[in-house]
Amino acid sequence: MSESSANKFGFTINPSRLINYDTSDRKVRDYVTMKEPSFRLCFACGGCTATCTAGQYTSFNLRRMNTYIRRGEITPLIEEVTRCMLCGKCLLVCPRGVNTRNVVAVASEAIRKLERNEL
Amino acid sequence: MSAALKHIVVAGGGVAGMEAAGALAEMGHRVSLVEKEKNPGGHLLQWHALFPDHRPADEVKHYLNKRIRNESITLYTGTGVEKIKHHGHEVVVTLSDGTLINADAAIIATGFDLFDARRKEEYGYGIYDNVITSAELEEMFNAGKVTTADGRIPSRVGIVHCVGSRDEKVNNNHCSKVCCVTAVKQAIEIRKQLPGSEVFCFYMDMRMYGPYYEELYRESQEVYNVNYIRGKVSEASVNINNRLVIKVEDTLAGRPLKMELDMMVLMVGMEMSKPGTLLAEASGLKRGINRFFETADHHYGNNLSNVRGVFYAGTCTAPMNITDTISHARAAVAETVRYINSR
Repeated sequence: MSESSANKFGFTINPSRLINYDTSDRKVRDYVTMKEPSFRLCFACGGCTATCTAGQYTSFNLRRMNTYIRRGEITPLIEEVTRCMLCGKCLLVCPRGVNTRNVVAVASEAIRKLERNEL
Repeated sequence: MSAALKHIVVAGGGVAGMEAAGALAEMGHRVSLVEKEKNPGGHLLQWHALFPDHRPADEVKHYLNKRIRNESITLYTGTGVEKIKHHGHEVVVTLSDGTLINADAAIIATGFDLFDARRKEEYGYGIYDNVITSAELEEMFNAGKVTTADGRIPSRVGIVHCVGSRDEKVNNNHCSKVCCVTAVKQAIEIRKQLPGSEVFCFYMDMRMYGPYYEELYRESQEVYNVNYIRGKVSEASVNINNRLVIKVEDTLAGRPLKMELDMMVLMVGMEMSKPGTLLAEASGLKRGINRFFETADHHYGNNLSNVRGVFYAGTCTAPMNITDTISHARAAVAETVRYINSR
């Protein structure tokens, strides 16, 4: 049954919420790791997100964004990276010395490349 | 050669030094125990109660004081150890008051310094009155009175884990091991003393590595309603009502969180002590990348230094709890006696 005919009966087919690690695309992760090796050091303390200017008013969450990159979850990542204002406050608090601002910059670069099939 | 009547210098009269001195004296050796403060006891002197069972710290202090009450132990107080050199069959120990002691061996037990919380400026220690350290909270427990700077009963207390530990910004990548369980213990004590208060622990990971630590953590939730929020506090400020305001990400909710507090307790970690650092430099003793004394082997030479006749006991080598410190001191004694007997 196609999705449109399913709708006629008042049902919808929900997209899977599963992180399917075997089918997700980790080219962005590999690119970010290569360009900004400190990315690997994140231990998800959320210090960046606590201090984030953009995160007070939008759903931007750098800690979660790092996880999306690591898991190869590209769809939510594409939206996430556009919200950062690159102010760099997160850099000041990161206890692992991750170059957080550059992670965002490099991740957007990776997404642009991915869209052009250059990754 | 007989093992009796040898002379060993123990540098530092905290838990490790007192245990080592006591164990050596018990075996018939002569010990010079050198403590820089007026009284032996180390950091334990400040502590009110111990994890994981809340036993009074006085009981362990009493045990250690009894341990060093021995005619074979000469106690030097108010003077530190500046330098230890191996010379011939002896070690020559220079005290900071200029005294020279020749001995058969030396055990270094110079312990740790608590992290100076002023170095985490964003938490406002030394700036805001109601930001205190875990050690200062113990003093409040000792005095039987947990209050804010202006004498009020705090209705909400925040406890911040990993202050000065696991933090590249202050050049400490190591974990201080005991702060997580100290936080749980102190959270329970606050709830016992102030049943009307709310207590929140802000943690990155809960490292309940010792026997009965996890049980204590569970008890803190089950019996004392202690709250846990997973996230590193990024900054503290004070609002117009003179209440502290902290920012943290509630990482499990995935959203930034703001909270007002009446008191914030910083779980300050352990660092290599300053006198230990100077002693290392003067004596050619190696230190690790965590700046503590580096032992000859992490697994089977954990009391041995790179200088003949010089051994390590306790937290001068790495953060440890009291149980492990006492065991490490006893192991240092065994290594020292083995060395003396094999010369």
